[in-house]
Amino acid sequence: MPPVASRLILLFRKWSNKMTKPNELTIADARDALTKGDLSAVELTTSCIQAMDGAQDLNAFITETPELSLERAAQSDARIAKKESRGALEGIPIAVKDLYCTEGVLTTAASHILDGFVPPYESTVTENLRNAGSVMTGKTNLDEFAMGSANVTSHYGPVKNPWKLDDGKDRVPGGSSGGSAAAVAAHLSLGAIGTDTGGSIRQPASFCGIVGMKPTYGRCSRWGTVAFASSLDQAGPMTKTVRDAAIMLQGMAGHDVKDSTSVPMVVPDFEAAITGDVRGLKVGIPKEYVIDGALEEISEIWKKGAEMLRDAGAEIIDITLPHTKYALPAYYIIAPAEASSNLSRYDGVRYGLRVEGDSLDEMYANTRGEGFGDEVKRRILIGAYVLSAGYYDAYYVKAQQVRSRIAEDFNTAFQDVDVILTPTAPSTAFAIGEKMDDPIVMYMNDVFTVPASMAGLPCISVPGGLGDDGLPLGLHLISKPFDEQTLFRAADVLERQANFTAQPKGWEINR
Amino acid sequence: MSYIIKGHKHDWEIVIGLEIHAQVISNSKLFSGSATAFGSDPNTQVSLIDAAMPGMLPVINKHCIAQAVKTGLGLNAKINMYSVFERKNYFYADLPQGYQITQFLHPIVVEGLLTIDMEDGSTREIGIERLHMEQDAGKSIHDKDPRRTFIDLNRAGVCLMEIVSHPAMHSPEEAGAYVRKVRSIVRYLETCDGNMEEGSMRADVNVSVRPVGDTKLWTRTETKNVNSVRFMMQAIEFEAQRQVEVWEAGGEVKQQTRLFDPDSGETRSMRSKEEAHDYRYFPCPDLLPIELTQSYVDDIKATMPELPDAKKHRLMSDNGLSAYDADVLVAEREVADYFEIVAKGRDAKVAANWVISNLFGALKGAEKGILESPVSAENLGNLLDLLADDTISGRIAKDVFEIMFSTGQDPAAIVEEKGLKQITDTGAIEAAVDQAIAENPEQADEVRAGNGKAIGWFVGQVMQKTQGKANPQAVNKLLRDKLGG
Repeated sequence: MPPVASRLILLFRKWSNKMTKPNELTIADARDALTKGDLSAVELTTSCIQAMDGAQDLNAFITETPELSLERAAQSDARIAKKESRGALEGIPIAVKDLYCTEGVLTTAASHILDGFVPPYESTVTENLRNAGSVMTGKTNLDEFAMGSANVTSHYGPVKNPWKLDDGKDRVPGGSSGGSAAAVAAHLSLGAIGTDTGGSIRQPASFCGIVGMKPTYGRCSRWGTVAFASSLDQAGPMTKTVRDAAIMLQGMAGHDVKDSTSVPMVVPDFEAAITGDVRGLKVGIPKEYVIDGALEEISEIWKKGAEMLRDAGAEIIDITLPHTKYALPAYYIIAPAEASSNLSRYDGVRYGLRVEGDSLDEMYANTRGEGFGDEVKRRILIGAYVLSAGYYDAYYVKAQQVRSRIAEDFNTAFQDVDVILTPTAPSTAFAIGEKMDDPIVMYMNDVFTVPASMAGLPCISVPGGLGDDGLPLGLHLISKPFDEQTLFRAADVLERQANFTAQPKGWEINR
Repeated sequence: MSYIIKGHKHDWEIVIGLEIHAQVISNSKLFSGSATAFGSDPNTQVSLIDAAMPGMLPVINKHCIAQAVKTGLGLNAKINMYSVFERKNYFYADLPQGYQITQFLHPIVVEGLLTIDMEDGSTREIGIERLHMEQDAGKSIHDKDPRRTFIDLNRAGVCLMEIVSHPAMHSPEEAGAYVRKVRSIVRYLETCDGNMEEGSMRADVNVSVRPVGDTKLWTRTETKNVNSVRFMMQAIEFEAQRQVEVWEAGGEVKQQTRLFDPDSGETRSMRSKEEAHDYRYFPCPDLLPIELTQSYVDDIKATMPELPDAKKHRLMSDNGLSAYDADVLVAEREVADYFEIVAKGRDAKVAANWVISNLFGALKGAEKGILESPVSAENLGNLLDLLADDTISGRIAKDVFEIMFSTGQDPAAIVEEKGLKQITDTGAIEAAVDQAIAENPEQADEVRAGNGKAIGWFVGQVMQKTQGKANPQAVNKLLRDKLGG
């Protein structure tokens, strides 16, 4: 990496050429500019707000909070002026997936059933980000209750991927954190937070050509985040670079006594772990991720990724994760089971939508019938079914056993390797409306991301290149539990080697 | 003493199993920091967690775990070092989460054993299957408005212990004794206040009947939320009789959940097995399993007070009390504590007698409980001391006690103030005896002639002259010496 000063000079030359606007900066660069006083938080936020104004067609946000973000940006500027900066994220505009409860700001989970719900509390992760000085730009669109892989199940309409082709069709941004991915890819904010249950950060990151990272389960608090599948849900950053993801995670992570599953461990310095050196690092290539009927371009990018790491001095090792093929079916038992229970609280009694009926049961049926979309209903039904008497052992218990086996597979593999490299998604972004007829086809989007989720492992998607159609494809790295440092180190090198500089085509940022 | 229902076809025996729900004494709820006080204004003790707001997570209250372990130890049960909270899923308006967090496959306590004390002084052992922890639901209030139901979530999330017995009881009396014993133990342990009226202890009663001699269990019904021992015994009697009539008429008892109506003393069907919920239990993913260590359990064990059974045996073997007296004294921890203060360093039998006859009699007359007794245990002990060292006579002691009961005064002060000290000075007593003999020559002659009864009359005369303060033994002796009776 060139010295910061020379990079900034380059940067300002770009600005003067009207090439780069503040909203197009990385978090790391914006941080440096803010610290130096070359840029104010208000300028930076204003630039994001302008970009958001010009990007309404993407439908990336459910709620935009321009007044609030300018107010917070001004507070950041005041702190910076008084040399009371809260750190790396001071004044940095961040978009928040609308699954995080935000005090005084509408929180919908992209569901009709949460109509008008304004939480009187702030989720721990967004609170942490606020305390680190960041500026929330708005609440991003997502699949309803984070259930989906294309951001097409939102009550607030689908999100469009800023990457377009000449065929006139809009592409999905992936999901469920599709709004966050689109917002970062289109430079509507410098970073965004997503949530990842089975791939909801990494797959949209792959589709939108950005970095998406899911930390170890337990690294970030789940308190105040609308629950989908509690044993899998995890917050994570979505950014333009690996370094930015490290900076953001630093501001999000930490033990929280309000979440019994958050882990009481000291949060290491993630950015410092990025050394640019992977010499001797052992990278596993699991043979089970070679799937019948997989696209040639997927195997190509995967092979390329391994070569890039080898070129940087890493050792590539073939490994086996024998239970991989059971991960997806087991995931689609466990996640819906937990969801069916987690979503019981949306009953029309205390908040959100209520559709009256002549009895309590009728009110429940009317409210939930109107309030939930088809995909959510499908998963509630699947979940209730696999938990019901007579099926519990055959489905839920079995799926938990599979889950243990998958975790054991990884444990064994990690005795020989430091990280595992796989593709992120089985395809590039598909057109809105495709893969909608058969839920199973849609579920296949998570085939490469789900195993690491089931094992609770930290993982990251880094743009690896473009597919045959010219749309981005991600590469996926997995590391040992709570070894995000090695993950960031490897991902940073992969990112440099891939040198992914392409920007969304056909999407004109409001310049 | 067996309880048999005589039918036309068979003699029937009852089989009873009880599920007691005991509210844990704790300042805050099982999974939130909300207060738990009874009788607060509706919805004033409700946190975001209790109201199941989106994204809220339960955090276990460690004090509740300690209380459950303590109760388990008090029930002579096995403490499971590994236990799991699960979700029991069902919809109801006063169940905000749409599920109750409870323990199912891995409860914290299993395999207990309770000794129950029957009226006739005999004892029986009743096995306890398990004790598990769970959240209480809120309260639906249907009678405030003809069309609407109101919800009070103050109780939602309060920690309950569900104590499940084996189907091992065979009469309403046994069931009553069982509930009283459980209540006694949790009150000794201060893990539940045992207040059935306020609902901090309630029972679900499983009843079935079978012909005497049959060993298999017949179809049972479950009667919900019976909130006094008396109602429970009524419900069992009614339900057993009803089931016998159904079987004898050639019908079949249906597995049902029933409700007890205290006004009619009857039970009625609430829902049948077909309408039963499928609760879809599964481990709560928001909570880690509870893992205990033996040293944690041992530390709790070390803080346990002496429990009623142990106390009863000690009072019998060390203090020579009868089983009946011991039972009466240990049933309530407050009574036992009171008695122990009175008896400390004194004659335990005398102390027991005073507490059981005099104090209980007076309290019953005044409709007061032991904690409201105007006579403190210390003062009652002081009274027994005055009696023991002959400062006052037994008769005077009863008078002093009455004054103590109405004024709360120290007995020594009463004796002093009213001049009730026993006269032990033989000279003074002799003078009174001589005077009585001189004033009643005819009666004196009768005694001399061998009428033993008349000597009692003379004792009365002398006591009258001394305002009851003369030592009765001394009076008796002097009279006999002088009249040769």
